[in-house]
Amino acid sequence: MADTRRENFFDVAAARRRCLGYRRRILDISQTVSALHIAPAFSCLETVDLIYHGLMRKGANGKSPDTFLMSKGHGCMAQYVILESRGVLTADDLARYCKPNGQLGAHPDYGVPGIEASTGSLGHGLSMSVGMAYAEKARGTGGLVYAVLSDGEVQEGSTWEAFMMGSTFGVNNLVAFIDNNDFQSLGRTSETHPSFYPLADKFRAFGWEVAEGNGHDAGALFEAVAGRAGKKPMVVICKTVKGRGVSYMENVPIWHYRAPNKDEYSKACEELKEVAS
Amino acid sequence: MRNKFADTLYELGRADKDIFIVVADISPAGSMEKFRKEFPERFLNVGVAEQSMIGICAGLALKGCQPFAYTIATFSLYRPFEFVRDDLCYQNLPVTVVGIGGGVVYSTLGGTHHCQEDMAIAGAIPNMSIIAPCDPNETREATIHCGSQKRGPIYLRLGKAGEPDLTKDAPDRWEFGKARYLRRGRDVCIMSYGIIMKKAFELAERLQLQGKSVSILNVHTLKPLDQAGIQAALAAHPHVVVIEEHAPQGGLAPQVKQIAWDMQARCKLNTFTLQDAFIHNYGSHDDLLAAHGLDTGKIYAAIA
Repeated sequence: MADTRRENFFDVAAARRRCLGYRRRILDISQTVSALHIAPAFSCLETVDLIYHGLMRKGANGKSPDTFLMSKGHGCMAQYVILESRGVLTADDLARYCKPNGQLGAHPDYGVPGIEASTGSLGHGLSMSVGMAYAEKARGTGGLVYAVLSDGEVQEGSTWEAFMMGSTFGVNNLVAFIDNNDFQSLGRTSETHPSFYPLADKFRAFGWEVAEGNGHDAGALFEAVAGRAGKKPMVVICKTVKGRGVSYMENVPIWHYRAPNKDEYSKACEELKEVAS
Repeated sequence: MRNKFADTLYELGRADKDIFIVVADISPAGSMEKFRKEFPERFLNVGVAEQSMIGICAGLALKGCQPFAYTIATFSLYRPFEFVRDDLCYQNLPVTVVGIGGGVVYSTLGGTHHCQEDMAIAGAIPNMSIIAPCDPNETREATIHCGSQKRGPIYLRLGKAGEPDLTKDAPDRWEFGKARYLRRGRDVCIMSYGIIMKKAFELAERLQLQGKSVSILNVHTLKPLDQAGIQAALAAHPHVVVIEEHAPQGGLAPQVKQIAWDMQARCKLNTFTLQDAFIHNYGSHDDLLAAHGLDTGKIYAAIA
């Protein structure tokens, strides 16, 4: 049986140190491949770290009874480096990222250790999460499901189908985080698609418990989830900065899918060092 | 067929708690209603939301369940196509996508409800299997197979209701991936699948009146296709006729031609399919088939 006791605090200082290390690790990998999704990983990094280190419970057999599904598949670098730090993936796996003989691509693949679903096409993850959460409830396993969605994929009609079904089927064992960095290929979503907002009201109207907060403030996110009423599925709108942590990447769309050159890499490493001290 | 599917699913559901059915706002008649009443936690209605129907099935299967997605064929396969491809086939999950009314069965509902390209579309996706039973008995066999296999996703093309029993006297039993003879003869072999099989029987009767000895080979599993069984039939009969309720591309007919070419078959080979066209016509199922040129008399005239 899983240990169902919930930790009632989350060590934010330790999380900050981990996330600095993860950002540096992602930057290192960026120097060995032509392109990877750095900025989308940086915007959801604190959320993914929180899920693995603060929310998912430890099982007696080492396997968590809970599930994490990365719906925004292009954020998977965040997941890879965390899985590496937890010993699920190896340094060798990461070294072969996007290489002909590697098992890690720019989107997560089901079957790779630690990866619970294949994503990359947007708008799929929430329905799969609802199905997973439903199965856990129907079988009485007590398993919880955590998902991270991009804000862009909330534009997919299928995501709204899943929001309707999540509340209809009462999967109160599902917590979905929206990485709301407000950026898409053609600019700020709030400018290109103003009627996309407000999000919280829409989710509430669809029957979900909603929390909203700074997505880089892991402590606040933890409190929001820990304090949930738990009668409905929950969505946490994480206000984030795309490219968070490296000044020249923040809110600059090109970094959605570009690797820094040597100079840019050095500058980024310095910035991340400074924050550490 | 629908009723036999529902009866069988109910039986499976009683024996196996992992059997789930996810429907998209389709009325639960007959045993489906029994399933819903007895196992409400395993009967999910997503409403008119087919993408989420497939996605939820994937989520259930990722947790070890054995789900069936169930609605009208165009809505179970075409509408959520990319979900079928990515969630079910790419992840290779044992989910059965049931398509009711495959072909042009919904003859009065117009082209939006005709499913005349499904074999080509489903068959093009890696990992996907396709089964199209020809009568209620086969529907039962196929449904049992779907509910107990872990090989991967299956597209199960069904008809509607009232299909005649065609396999009662079949010399071969039903087996996934293996074409079966429903009748054995020497001169002509008619290959078909699905509910248009009744036309294979009609044609066989006519040919037999002319003194021909006729085989009927039921290629109920379209993928993986029984290459060896088809090769053997092409080798054993001087004349082979394919009748199929599907577009000319990507179904059984072109695959049989390909096999015949590869093996340098010496038989005469005729194929009859739906047209590559949306035919704006109404009436009975037979009327629609006839509008596409699939009329027993015409086929007979063409091959005699």
